[in-house]
Amino acid sequence: MDYSYTIWIPLLPLITFVLIGLLGGKVKPIVSGITGVLSLTVSACLSIFTAYRYFLVDGAVDGVFQKIIASNHTWLRFTDTLYIDMGVLLDPISVMMLVVITFISLMVHVYSLGYMKGETGFSRFYSVLSLFSFSMLGLVLASNIFQMYMFWELVGVSSYLLIGYYYTKPSAVAASKKAFIVTRFADLGFLVGILILSFQTGTFDFSIITSAEGLATLGNVTSSFIGLSAITWATLLIFIGGAGKSAMFPLHVWLPDAMEGPTPVSALIHAATMVVAGVYLVARLFPVFSLVVPGSLTVVAWVGGFSSLFAAIIACTQIDIKRVLAYSTMSQIGYMMLALGVSGYLIEDSLGFTASMFHLFTHAFFKALLFLGAGAIIHAVHSNVMTEMGGLRKSLPITHITFLVACLAIAGIPPFSGFFSKDEILVAAFEANKILFAIEWLVAGLTAFYMFRLYFSVFWGKNRNYEHEPHEAPLSMTLPLIILAAGAFGAGFIPFSHFVTSTGETFTSHIHWNIAIPSIAVALIGIFVAAWLYKSENDRASSLAASLGILYKSAYNKFYIDEIYLFMTRQVIFKYISEPIAWFDRHIVDGTVNLVGSFVNFVSERIKGFQSGQVQQYAFYFMAGVITLTIVFVYFYSN
Amino acid sequence: MSFLSLFVLIPILTCAAIMLVRSKSNVRWVAASGMVIQLILAAVLVVLYLLERKAGNDAPMLFMYDVTWFKSLGIHYAIGVDGISVAMIALTAIVIFAGIFASWQVDYLTKEFFISLIILSSGVFGFFISIDLFTMFLFYEVAVIPMYLLIGIWGTGPKEYSAMKLTLMLMAGSAFILVGILGLYFNSSIDGGPLTFNILEIAKVNIPIEAQRFFFPLTFVGFGVLGALFPFHTWSPDGHASAPTAVSMLHAGVLMKLGGYGCFRVAMFLMPEATNEMAWFFIILTSISVIYGAFGAIMQKDLKYINAYSSVSHCGLVLFALLMINQTAMNGAILQMISHGLMTALFFALIGMIYSRTHTRMVNEMGGLMKAIPFLSVSYVIAGLASLGLPGLSGFVAEMTIFVGAFQHSDTFHRVVTIVACASIVVTAVYILRVVGAMLMGPFKNEEHENIKDSSWFERISVVSLIIAIVAMGVAPLWLSDMTWESLTPIIDKLDVFS
Amino acid sequence: MIEAIPLTHWLTLSTLLFFIGVYGFLTRSNLITILISIELILNAVNINLLAFNKYLYPEALEGHFFSLFVIAVAASEAAVAVAIFINLYRNINTVEVEEVNKMKY
Repeated sequence: MDYSYTIWIPLLPLITFVLIGLLGGKVKPIVSGITGVLSLTVSACLSIFTAYRYFLVDGAVDGVFQKIIASNHTWLRFTDTLYIDMGVLLDPISVMMLVVITFISLMVHVYSLGYMKGETGFSRFYSVLSLFSFSMLGLVLASNIFQMYMFWELVGVSSYLLIGYYYTKPSAVAASKKAFIVTRFADLGFLVGILILSFQTGTFDFSIITSAEGLATLGNVTSSFIGLSAITWATLLIFIGGAGKSAMFPLHVWLPDAMEGPTPVSALIHAATMVVAGVYLVARLFPVFSLVVPGSLTVVAWVGGFSSLFAAIIACTQIDIKRVLAYSTMSQIGYMMLALGVSGYLIEDSLGFTASMFHLFTHAFFKALLFLGAGAIIHAVHSNVMTEMGGLRKSLPITHITFLVACLAIAGIPPFSGFFSKDEILVAAFEANKILFAIEWLVAGLTAFYMFRLYFSVFWGKNRNYEHEPHEAPLSMTLPLIILAAGAFGAGFIPFSHFVTSTGETFTSHIHWNIAIPSIAVALIGIFVAAWLYKSENDRASSLAASLGILYKSAYNKFYIDEIYLFMTRQVIFKYISEPIAWFDRHIVDGTVNLVGSFVNFVSERIKGFQSGQVQQYAFYFMAGVITLTIVFVYFYSN
Repeated sequence: MSFLSLFVLIPILTCAAIMLVRSKSNVRWVAASGMVIQLILAAVLVVLYLLERKAGNDAPMLFMYDVTWFKSLGIHYAIGVDGISVAMIALTAIVIFAGIFASWQVDYLTKEFFISLIILSSGVFGFFISIDLFTMFLFYEVAVIPMYLLIGIWGTGPKEYSAMKLTLMLMAGSAFILVGILGLYFNSSIDGGPLTFNILEIAKVNIPIEAQRFFFPLTFVGFGVLGALFPFHTWSPDGHASAPTAVSMLHAGVLMKLGGYGCFRVAMFLMPEATNEMAWFFIILTSISVIYGAFGAIMQKDLKYINAYSSVSHCGLVLFALLMINQTAMNGAILQMISHGLMTALFFALIGMIYSRTHTRMVNEMGGLMKAIPFLSVSYVIAGLASLGLPGLSGFVAEMTIFVGAFQHSDTFHRVVTIVACASIVVTAVYILRVVGAMLMGPFKNEEHENIKDSSWFERISVVSLIIAIVAMGVAPLWLSDMTWESLTPIIDKLDVFS
Repeated sequence: MIEAIPLTHWLTLSTLLFFIGVYGFLTRSNLITILISIELILNAVNINLLAFNKYLYPEALEGHFFSLFVIAVAASEAAVAVAIFINLYRNINTVEVEEVNKMKY
């Protein structure tokens, strides 16, 4: 059972990053591209091989999947017990994530060969893409929480660099800045959470924290702060970190703007992999959440549920196709968070955990497909705006079919993959909390509606007059679409509960038709409404929007969350904290120093008259002194 | 004679050699070769030190040498190094090396410029190798005084004002330090024996608590002025803004570290009881420094001011960590000194280079420079990322060591201020990205900037040497952190007795 | 005959002379008059010395010696001072003390 070769899965992209980063300017762009694709192909093959060996050959001992530390090196020592290791931890979720990341990343690498062709900075694109792959793989393989935090920051920065890829465009620059700062703010929570957790357990190591003794230690912690126990604080803060990265309400504001990046980047980072890091984080610490502080898990569930509803409503009104997909991503991640939140740790009621991971898996396929399809559409019509498109099913046949597959998958229509994972989530939610179930049931309908709204507006409806006649993308772009479409169709048939569970034991899950049928029904209603409104040219949609009035308007404006943030930063932090501090420094602190200087000047100006150089004056002072002293002495000695 | 004295001798010899040559280019080459030797020597020192430790030599200071200098007052020229001073010497050697190349184009009074710069560096090296308080103070003054000339003569903007302010504030600091040192000296005898300035000797004595209470704040504040302790930091923004490139680099990169180094080597190490007693007060001041500097940087428009405030914040973190009196946090402070030294030197080098091309340092007058000067811009982004604590670069290692260490205190006060200090990393991200976004990205704001030339070879040497150091420290921090950790043990042992 | 005059008269005279000299020294702005005032002060001291010598220690001669020294110093001082005044006058055309401020500050 030697898995030490797995260290090369993240290392290969790192080497590629360094190579392309240093030499990329000196070779032809396409060489950088091919290098990137090749190294990732090797990584992907290794990952799939690892998954095969782990899941099907020797990962399980007595039917329980083991945690395997494939490699571990001390990287930095803080104290005797607290140290950061660079390690590789293999367990069902990390192996599953390995496959997802390397596979989607490979698809995106191949796709970008066509999509990014001719862009300036092609090499830069591939080097940062490799950096991202490295960081993301390092994140999921992390054997301790601090290693995870490091890679967490690294994926953040690669996301920043890729969103700002078109760096001459002010909106892209602003979006990249926003993404970095919002997630950075959330990461502060993560960091403080780590500090609290490590203080209580004395270790960063996942396998010690989540072991029985580790959990017992955490369970015995009695210290508290403002009414909440230390561990509750730790888990909530860590969840803030996760929520920031996974764009949960109210830290979601960066995700829609992040669509300023090139579309393949949106597919990889802002749909399939990086944004689910928050879900992965909660899953990684699931025993702590579930067994020590179930209260935090409830928070996770409600935040997830609310975010999914909130995002789905906004998605129904947006006209930029990438923004629709961005909100849809947020909504789907809300599903995953909710599923984790309603799950229990023990195998009997851990359906939510499995469902969440399952949905993460299927979502990666169909959402990457949707984004890459959107990329193909944008590539063909040179626009992001839905209202400028229509009737593209003829000119883009492959894109059309694959996009339809993805839409059916996300809408949860059997037998596409989304149906299976969403069904499990709904079952888990139904068993835990009826209100959450109702929300998710409604969101399922909304999802179907906004996805098919997008689908019908783009591929059906009236033909537009395009500047260039739209034509199908090259093979390097359509091939990934076809492969992903196969995945989006078939991924649902994987019996996930046989592989990925909270404890490592396995169980068999069934489709619960009593829940599946209403959810299919609501999805179909959504699709029909979308078809009725958007399939052919008509003004039903706009009159509906008009009749909804203020509700439509605020959803269209994303419920003004951006404006609130802007107000908070510009008006409150900049104007009422930073500017006064700058003023205080210049005028009070510095003023004090200058005041001391001018005081010395002033005093010397005043007393320099004593040193006039006029002997007469000196003589006068001298005489005055003599007389005074004489009087004093006479007075004292006379008594 | 220990080879450590070479660190002081080589700069002096280099200066002598510079005096002998005539042409400007020869001056540069002599200066550069002197500092290359210095860099090699520093590398040799690191290796020798590590070998010696590996061989099992566990004396607190290695390569000691002691010669009486002024007998009746007990002043010695006593030198020796531990892991911390070795790390500091390596930092200084790198920064001065990069600084020489960054000032390759100084045209006005070239010879005098390099002489002052190198004299300054010899003062810094001397400070780090001294273990005699008086010699240490002497070298401290040698390092501070040339600064006045360098800023006053080769500076820009209101240079006389800035030079005056900087020198006077630092002189006021040295006055405090001198009083503190004398206070230590007159309390240093064991049972009426001879008085001594030697740090290791004084460390064996228990200085009466009343004396400590008086002299600790003096010494700490005295060194704190140089370490940009709030509210004694205001020399820093003006001083840095007016100073020529290499001087800013050396000043922020190395000289400010003299403050932190002095704080723990003299103030804290020799007066442990007062340290434990008064730490809380200075912790409050330093946490203000950390947050205040970061917020102050947000609204600045001049690149050098941004960096000066950011230095206030980062150096505040150094003192903050020292005062935590915890081995991990103190180790973090040492790492932070090195990391901040490297990245801030890089920042100032790049700012100088960009300024020499665009003739402005105002962020809002620049834009889109990434397209015109990709090498400098990418280096600037790397420096920025190091500054905001990106893993894989030096800042992360230092900051995380500080935060983890500081959080190991079990009382609420220390932990709350730690969280407050943590918050500074978000603010840092804000001002770094603001500059990167406005200056390097976006469209050109000034058409003249479209045609400026990217770096020349000597600028690349300067920048690349610093980047290599930053990346090396960020990727493989373990040996460095272990080296300084070990040397902290005697210090923390002494401090812990009284906690 | 001289014995008929009591010591206090001499002392009163020398005190008057002394303070007239001081007053002149402090208030006059012409260097020559300042020099004259100094002579007055010195002569007041001389009178004092001689009077004390005569009345208190008639057989000693220190008072006489001392006053002779004072006269000698006063003479040389006057010579040097007047030389300075002449040079000053040649250079800046004045011997007013307030106007001699070229080297001030």
